[in-house]
Amino acid sequence: MAKLVTPEMEKINKRLARENRGRQGKPSSPGREAWLRLKRNRLAVIGMIILALLVLVAIFAKWLAPYDYATQDYSAVLVKPCAAHPFGTDNLGRDIFSRVIYGTQISFPIGFLCVAVAYTLGGILGAIAAYFGGKADMIIMRIMDIFQSIPPMLMAIAVAASLGTGVVNLVLAISISTLPARSRIVRSAILSVKNSDYVESARAIGASSARQLIKYMLPNALGPILTNMTFSIATAILTVSSLSYLGLGIAPPTPEWGAMLSAGRSLMRSAPHVLIFPGVAIMITVLALNLFGDGLRDALDPRLK
Amino acid sequence: MLKYIIKRLLWMIPVILGVLIIVFILSEITPGDPVDNIVGTDATEEAREAAREAYGFNDPATVRFFRYVKGIVLHGDLGTSYTNRQPVFNELKLRFPVTIKLTLLSVIVALIIALPLGVISAVKQYSWIDNVTMFAALFFVSIPQFWMALMMLLIFSVNLHILPASGIDNPLCWIMPIAMIGLNNVGNLARVTRSSMLEIIRQDYIRTAKAKGQKNSVVIVKHGLRNALIPVIANVGNTIGVSLGGAVVAESIFSIPGVGQYMLAAINDRNWPSVQGGIVMLALAFSIVMLLVDLIYTFVDPRLKSEFNAKNKIRSKKPREEAA
Repeated sequence: MAKLVTPEMEKINKRLARENRGRQGKPSSPGREAWLRLKRNRLAVIGMIILALLVLVAIFAKWLAPYDYATQDYSAVLVKPCAAHPFGTDNLGRDIFSRVIYGTQISFPIGFLCVAVAYTLGGILGAIAAYFGGKADMIIMRIMDIFQSIPPMLMAIAVAASLGTGVVNLVLAISISTLPARSRIVRSAILSVKNSDYVESARAIGASSARQLIKYMLPNALGPILTNMTFSIATAILTVSSLSYLGLGIAPPTPEWGAMLSAGRSLMRSAPHVLIFPGVAIMITVLALNLFGDGLRDALDPRLK
Repeated sequence: MLKYIIKRLLWMIPVILGVLIIVFILSEITPGDPVDNIVGTDATEEAREAAREAYGFNDPATVRFFRYVKGIVLHGDLGTSYTNRQPVFNELKLRFPVTIKLTLLSVIVALIIALPLGVISAVKQYSWIDNVTMFAALFFVSIPQFWMALMMLLIFSVNLHILPASGIDNPLCWIMPIAMIGLNNVGNLARVTRSSMLEIIRQDYIRTAKAKGQKNSVVIVKHGLRNALIPVIANVGNTIGVSLGGAVVAESIFSIPGVGQYMLAAINDRNWPSVQGGIVMLALAFSIVMLLVDLIYTFVDPRLKSEFNAKNKIRSKKPREEAA
């Protein structure tokens, strides 16, 4: 029988050949395929580049910032943006450009930390609920329901108000407020792979509960969790800045973007430039995380496309 | 169905109790002696002791907790403010409707904008309107709400003088707070509507409806949107929660006399009963709204309704006449 090759099939063959060039023999894995899909998504790549730049800015802040973030210069108070101070100065004569640069050192680690803590706690609870099911599932999820009946922002405000300001308290406040949502994500991700054949076979050869969970279920359930983590960091950065704006987050001398905006609130009429740049910094960071998260979701779950 | 509603109503009791426990624990772990905030740090020992006695701080935590719960359940008593010695409930009573009005208006406005945008984006996937909507959605989800509020204040109040910067006396005052809370939700809701609509319009019954020659608008609204709405409604509960949080921030920025502004002022004064009362009240309102959303959800989704009926039928294998 003659082989039938339509022009469309030829195109696909050519594309496959192009993609596979240079990596003959290397087996394709789901991870590599997801990476290839991610690389083809232009918006996701833009998000990744911005994130990489921001991380570099955070690492090299000391060399990039023209001034120290805390040095006050009373001869240059509320200077409008100019060559010496690209973003101007605030009411204490501190260079806003330098403060925005140093701000990356605060927002990123705190955002990551909030998500790490929330996912560790929520992950353990969600995994237990999904794996054991029955009573354990019911009790854990009912308690999460109760936590969820206080809206996250309100919960964060309440915990932050109770514990006081400071980085540790802030991370705790945001982690507790997002705990129910995180445990739910992990629970549903684990549930979706719990009854697959490879878990069954692991159980059959006598793998312990912990081994089944960590070695077999978690890697396969990682897709939705990773995507959600990216969005969670974005939300955490927004919440950190909101709480700092309300005076419940990080105390003023630290160049946290939200706290800078809070201090600039009263200067709205006289020096609006104080209010603009920290906000733009938050927006760019969060936008980059969301772009990357969107791309990650499409790459890890191609069915959604 | 009735059984589900009753079960859902009864579940409110442990939820409210749980909220009270959480709020009470938070008040217990607050550092510092509350007496300092009532009579001041330089008060005499007698005055401090009197205040301690009056507010019942000498009793063990469990006794105080049960007194607190009893007060709420029997008299709607949320405690007494440390600063002006007024019952917290009376102060919240006037502010509560403002917060709820702001929250619900924002959600409604967001839905009115997001639903058509989401539907059009799905029907005309990858058109310019889809691209613009999706980028705007991403943009408004990424922008810090409080910063957007500040920028709006800067543009519309300080520079253009067309919108009032604070208060609620004038209908124009509501525009910026609602925009601040609502636009963020427009992004989320439009995205949910779009993706759920995209899934629906690929279903067989949509093709059937088109094949029988039904008008396109009827297919989209009656066959498409009605089914696509289900995940959107599920999302509305979450949206209301986010909006309540947004309302608290908006009240502080636009000086709106609502529960949020009252709570934030109370946090500054370390006036914990007022903070506690505000949280309990908002959590209660949120739980009730979530209950309503859940009920609407089961009502709208015929699959869920039939599932309940099927379940009841399986359970009642014994003949049961009264279950009509």
